This record gives sequence, structure tokens and C-alpha cells, in this order.
Amino acid sequence: MLIKKPEKIPSTEITSESAYLNRRSFGKLLAAGAAMAAFPARAAVPVDELTPEEIVTGYNNFYEFGMDKSDPAEYAHEMTTEPWKVRVTGEAAKTGEFDLEDILRGLEVEERVYRLRCVEAWSMVVPWMGVPLKKVLDQFQPNGNAKYVAFETLKRPSEMRGQRSFFSSIDWPYVEGLRMDEAYHPLTLMVTGVYGKPLPNQNGAPWRLMVPWKYGFKSGKSIVRIHFTRRQPKTTWNLLAPNEYGFYGNVNPNVDHPRWSQATERRLPSSLFNQNRRDTLMFNGYAEEVASLYSGMDLARYY
Amino acid sequence: MAAFKPALAFLLLLPAAWAGYAVWMEVQAPGSLLGADPGEALVLHFGEWALRVVLLALAISSIQRRTGFKQIVRSRRMVGLFAFFYTSLHLFAYVGFLAAFSLAEVFADLTERTYITVGFAAWLILLALSATSTRGWQRRLRRGWKRLHQLVYVAVALALIHFWWLTKDGYAEVVLYTAVFALLMLERLSRQAGSAASALAASSSSRNAADSASAMRSTSGSNRVSLISPK
Repeated sequence: MLIKKPEKIPSTEITSESAYLNRRSFGKLLAAGAAMAAFPARAAVPVDELTPEEIVTGYNNFYEFGMDKSDPAEYAHEMTTEPWKVRVTGEAAKTGEFDLEDILRGLEVEERVYRLRCVEAWSMVVPWMGVPLKKVLDQFQPNGNAKYVAFETLKRPSEMRGQRSFFSSIDWPYVEGLRMDEAYHPLTLMVTGVYGKPLPNQNGAPWRLMVPWKYGFKSGKSIVRIHFTRRQPKTTWNLLAPNEYGFYGNVNPNVDHPRWSQATERRLPSSLFNQNRRDTLMFNGYAEEVASLYSGMDLARYY
Repeated sequence: MAAFKPALAFLLLLPAAWAGYAVWMEVQAPGSLLGADPGEALVLHFGEWALRVVLLALAISSIQRRTGFKQIVRSRRMVGLFAFFYTSLHLFAYVGFLAAFSLAEVFADLTERTYITVGFAAWLILLALSATSTRGWQRRLRRGWKRLHQLVYVAVALALIHFWWLTKDGYAEVVLYTAVFALLMLERLSRQAGSAASALAASSSSRNAADSASAMRSTSGSNRVSLISPK
């Protein structure tokens, strides 16, 4: 039983208020920007312009296909995405294997423009298409024991060359997870398309998670298993480097990655002489919508 | 093989030339050659070449010993200076294109992020070695020069630590470079062990020879000294 029933957020409200206000003060900033132009540093241009499609679909972290940002675009076509079965397990009334088509049938696809902040300190603005995760999960009727939900990415070394790599220390499949209230938050999306087209393989076809207030690694791609569980799932990056990647992975400019600062980000496309650097916002700018999920939590400890 | 050194210099300039071309292209058409995150791409490009070239510099004496190609040693200083050149470009690209020339940020990185501290230390060592790479300094420092320049091993070790620490996953490259470094060190160790053994063998056999010679002639320690004296 889920007590909290989130209200539907119209897509016009997805851009946070702060970004909206910033947009209005853009003119003022232009004047200030002229003075700041001498410093290529944090010329704050707070307008969220869409990141061009070729970057969204050509600059990806999807280690199943290789470590370079260009590897997924080059090799992800080797993955077969039809048919796509999804296994649902754990603390839910309806478990078993489902066709993705059946899961998505009848669900209205919405467009949502979200900021995407990578833990590596770059970011994009992406027009995703998808369905709220809540509507997906509700079908399986998770029970009261379901405190967390884990998402497993496809493991198929024959089609995913990164999984065949001898030099990777990742224990495939890739696993990520959310607390149930995070999963049921209206901003949390199961993405099936981008830029008005079906999701390309390199972006996690045929469907992927998108949790816009968390670092990108929390949003697993090419999901084949949904597991409802009582205990916090063991997630891939957390297992690999627990001091660097927490379970929560909330975007937080005040908690640095041990090896780099998270205070700012390079908004792609970044160029050499205009890095498009901007201050990273708390919860990636979605604080108003999600901060209450973490009230009373020490975010420096639960990073 | 008179053309060897200029040919090598030409080859070692190519990565810098490519970077120059890429930057020029970046100005013409952003994203064309360096991708969506060109600052990072440049920093990685120079970093990789710095490591490759410094390993090449270390490999030169091994190559000379294994192949007998003596002339190659004459290029060693040049290769070392190229290594410093690429390390400096790596540092400069980081300061300019990742830290956006913000000294406060560079300082924060240097004090808070160990992998940057370690990388910077490696650059400092190469700076010192480059500054003292002239014949003049060689003469002035005498024996100390050699000891100073053995710090290059420390610099390469630091560079590798720097690389290991910043690798998230996908250890192919860093493993490869570490293996090359280990191989070069092993070659030196085996040579030292080998030369120590052969020196021992040589000295004991010459002592025997000297002993028998002195036994035969029954005089003159000076003879013995000249026989044993090391090369």
C-alpha cells in the first residue's frame, strides 16, 4: 500500500522555478556577462538550452559497450532489442516474465525535458519521452514489504562487447536501485524515446530509467529485471567504489566526489573557449520537488 | 642513420601538431574533432602522450643494450624533453580548459585531490630534470647529476599512480603502461644483477689468473691490481 499519492505534474512545470526565474533575468545577465566575458570561467548563462541530438546520442556512458564516450554509439547496434522481456521479481503480487509491449500498453507517453547531470561533472538537457515509473510499477502491485526497487540492465556478452572486456572490474549485470518513494515520485520516468524518436540503443533501448535529480549512473539502461525488495539493493558503482558512489547518488554541489569537485558542471556542448560552465544546483535544480524525500537525512553521509 | 634524430623529432611532434589542428578545427566547427567535451579530450590526449613519450625515453637505454643500436642514445635527452613538453601541455590544458584558469580552483584541486597532487609532483620532477639537462649542469652537478636524473623513475611511478587513481573502470591502458614500465625496470634489474654476477665471475677468474700468475712469478702485487681493476 502506498500512502502517498503524488499529484500529476504538467510537463510545463518540469522546468524548475529557479531556472524559470533565471530565464527572466537573462537580459540582466547578458549585461553582466559582457563584463565577465574576459573570464571564461563561470560565465553563468543559466538558460537550459537543449543539448543537440547528436551529442545526446553520441556521447554516452554505457560501459556494456566500452569505456569511451563514443563506444556506445559505435557498438550498441549489436544489441537485439526485440523481443524484450522483463522479469519482475520480489515483493509484489504480480511477478514473472512480461513482454515490454504488454507493460507499456495503454500508457500515455509524455515528453519531459530534464537536466541530466553526470557524476563526472558534465551535464546535458534532454527531451525525453516516456511514462512515469509509478504507472509501470503499479501494474505489478508491490506489497508492503517492498521498500526498495532494483533495476537490472541486460547482460548479454555476445552482443555487449564491454561485458567481454578482460579489463573491466564490473560484475555484470549492471544493477541500480531506488527507494520506493523515489521510484514513485512523479518526476521519475521510464524513458522509451528521445528527441521525438524511439530510444537509440546507445541511450538504453528499448527502455531506461531517468531520475533527473540523481547523477546519471543511477538511471540504468536497457532494463530487463525489476526487483522489489525489503532491503537496500547492492548497486554496481557502490560495490565498486563505495567511498565514491553512494546508494543515493543525489546531485549535490556541496558534497564533492573524492577526486573532483561537484560544485560546477560543464554543460554540453562545451567548447574550449567557452566551457559552458555553470554552478551545479542542489538536486540538479529539482529541490523544490524532491527535497522533502530526504528531510532529516544527512546528505553528506548518505551521498 | 644521421637522419634518425630529426626523424624521431618529427614523429614526436605529430601529436602536438594534431592537437594544434584539432584546436583550430574546434574554433571553426565546435565539436568536430574533439567531441562534446573538448577540454577533457585535450587533457587526455596530452596526458597519454606524456606517458608514452616518457616511457620511450626510459626505453632508449634498454633498446640500445638489446639491439646494439648505439646512436639512439644520442636522442635520449631530446625524447626526455619531449616528455616534459607533453606533460606541460597536459598541465596547461587542465589549468586552462578544465579549471578555466581559476587559480583558486587549481589550488583547491592540488590540496584536496591526491591524484592531482601526485601528477603535479611528477611534472615538478620533470621540470627539474629538463632544467638541468644541459651539459653545463651535467658538469656542475657531477655525480649528483646522475642521482638527480634517476628521479625520472619516481616521476613515472607518480604518473602511473595518477593514472590508476583517475581510472574509473576499464584498466586496459593503465595496465599496459604499467606493464611497460615494469618491463623496463626488470630489464635494468636483470642487467644489474647480470653485470654484478659477471663482474664477480670476471673478478674471481682474474684473481685466479692473477694468483696463478703471481704463483708462477712469485712477485709483484701491481700485476694483480691491473688484472682485477674494473672497467
